[in-house]
Amino acid sequence: MTTGTEHHATAGHHATLLRFATAGSVDDGKSTLVGRMLHDSKSLLADQLEAVERASRSRGQEAPDLALLTDGLRAEREQGITIDVAYRYFATARRSFILADTPGHVQYTRNMVTGASTAELVIVLVDARHGVVEQTRRHAAVAALLRVPHVVLAVNKMDLVGHAESVFADIADEFTAYAQELGVPAVTAIPMSALNGDNVVAPSAHMDWYGGPTVLEHLETVHVTAEPAHAPARFPVQYVIRPQTAEHPDYRGYAGLIASGTLRVGQDVVVLPSGHRSVISGIDLLGERVESARAPQSVTVLLADDLDVSRGDLITPVGSPPTLTRDIEATVCHLVDQPLLPGRKVLLKHTTRTVQAVVREIESRVTLDPLHRHPGPDRLVANDIGRIRLRTAEPVALDPYVVSRRTGSFLLIDPADGSTLTAGMAGESFVTRAPAGPGA
Amino acid sequence: MTTETDIPVRHLDALESEAVHIFREVAGELERPVILFSGGKDSIVMLHLALKAFAPAPLPFPLLHVDTGHNFPEVLDYRDRTVARYGLRLHVASVQEHIDRGQLKERPDGTRNPLQTVPLVEAIQTHRFDAVFGGGRRDEEKARAKERVFSLRDEFGGWDPRRQRPELWQLYNGRHAPGEHVRVFPLSNWTELDVWQYIARTGIEVPSIYYAHERDVFLRDGMWLTAGDWGGPKDGEPVERRTVRYRTVGDMSCTGAVDSRAADPYAVIAEIAASRLTERGATRADDRMSEAAMEDRKREGYF
Repeated sequence: MTTGTEHHATAGHHATLLRFATAGSVDDGKSTLVGRMLHDSKSLLADQLEAVERASRSRGQEAPDLALLTDGLRAEREQGITIDVAYRYFATARRSFILADTPGHVQYTRNMVTGASTAELVIVLVDARHGVVEQTRRHAAVAALLRVPHVVLAVNKMDLVGHAESVFADIADEFTAYAQELGVPAVTAIPMSALNGDNVVAPSAHMDWYGGPTVLEHLETVHVTAEPAHAPARFPVQYVIRPQTAEHPDYRGYAGLIASGTLRVGQDVVVLPSGHRSVISGIDLLGERVESARAPQSVTVLLADDLDVSRGDLITPVGSPPTLTRDIEATVCHLVDQPLLPGRKVLLKHTTRTVQAVVREIESRVTLDPLHRHPGPDRLVANDIGRIRLRTAEPVALDPYVVSRRTGSFLLIDPADGSTLTAGMAGESFVTRAPAGPGA
Repeated sequence: MTTETDIPVRHLDALESEAVHIFREVAGELERPVILFSGGKDSIVMLHLALKAFAPAPLPFPLLHVDTGHNFPEVLDYRDRTVARYGLRLHVASVQEHIDRGQLKERPDGTRNPLQTVPLVEAIQTHRFDAVFGGGRRDEEKARAKERVFSLRDEFGGWDPRRQRPELWQLYNGRHAPGEHVRVFPLSNWTELDVWQYIARTGIEVPSIYYAHERDVFLRDGMWLTAGDWGGPKDGEPVERRTVRYRTVGDMSCTGAVDSRAADPYAVIAEIAASRLTERGATRADDRMSEAAMEDRKREGYF
């Protein structure tokens, strides 16, 4: 193991970053797993542990309740439930980790969708005694829907099934088959016991038959492919930098984060939606002139021609532009109590562009277990997933979400009070179409 | 075959890129942003990232310093040199002026950290700032672990955890009603170690009190506090000279120093890695008051 025994580890200068999310209920041992990872990787410090012990005692609990580490709000502690996504940070010598810890029950769809939207990996927990249950399939479906590239199935409480290989293998097979059917690109199943620390950080002494990595080893070594290698370049313009100073009288740079692919000096590009063409004449990578840059770097791009380019425009190489459309079909997750109704006028925020839009039709409501489309609902309510059609006032340069999480995603915003209503993913979101009937 | 995009992005580069993206989103969507600048390491890194985000143009936002009146002189000096060096605009919201005008009362414990909220919210209203950048990090404290990057505040500056907007992908929503504003935290995903690794990598100067130095201190509530006009030490609190450094820099009355020999960023990194306490646990009296001390301050409009 790479973690020290005396110190909590620091990621070295060459360490990479992994953003991951956990899904599962308290009963599955999620908090115990998270607490165990933080504790055994020496990321949990003495004052944090003391605070948890103190709070646990004051609630009459004997053992420290590691859920209290992430239940940061007064209402959460008072009600003993996790309301909101909590972000946790830890590092080993090989990697830095950002963990989005999503609550298991209350508002779980909305929270898991939120946590999974930026995750490169999701850990789905199951109780070895119960195997794959309805909630497990929902979690797998959310991971698939959000196009999280890696899913880890953590089969917990192996101690309660006698560390039996056959129990693990059956659960792993069932889950893997289901996840692949949904289009999850990579599934890794790991037998473990969070309570005893088996296969969390240190290998288990009770499961000789398992030759794979521990959970933390897997997190440290999994090859992150969140940036599709051959995706066409997309550069949404955030801000135009024009110093107009004596030193830089004519500098006009387009600032943004490369959403996908690679930009190069000399590349022929087109600006959307105007359709004007130019050539990249320079790329500034935060003060350094470079020949090329790639997603997800923040850069400033200079063009050879003096064009009218502003925030909300997209710069992309000629040859593989995204679809420019005013009609959008998407899978959405509705996030707020106020229902989403057909005819509703909204703002649609896509990359750096916000346009007016109207919900033309709510085609279906999608249940995750069984995975099924129920046509013709009159509305979507909070935590519903559905298929909708939108019409925008101006064209939007959209990629299918399955191709690009950054340029295929959007938010619907209430024009009256500015609240975020709905999260959307353009195009077909499951690689295989949702099966028509129950029992998937 | 290894293609270019298979090369993983290093974690500091990813964090830097994300923070710059956040600054540019605010510049693109909001009218009157301001950067909170205390002269502490987090606000220094934040300012450095903001300068990078808009170079070679000048920074398009002013700075706001909420001055408790209990400042470390090294930090004030650093602030003024930084403002001069980059030609920045600085607003100061003064706790002392509010006390002098009778709008705030000194607390019995002499701590002025909680008193910053009123001058802060007043400055936001006076200048009609609609986006306020803060250096808060989610790893600092458990209420902050639930904070959004774009955090909506009502006209009193208050934070309602139940009114927080879900934040997905890199799509930030800064829309707000007149009188409301958003607090924006570009360092949300940074840890104390990330901040120091970034300082080490880029060679950014930080105030000298972040490194080991000799200082007259006295022990209160298990922390080494600096003797000074703000009211310490009291009777029975002997002063001694120790080699210390500050892990956080805030109001002198509630920010403790730690015993340290770390004289440069690399030594600081090694020291933090070996520490068994979090930075707030080690150095902040204001967070020790109750389990929900930070949440309660945030609800009232604190950073």
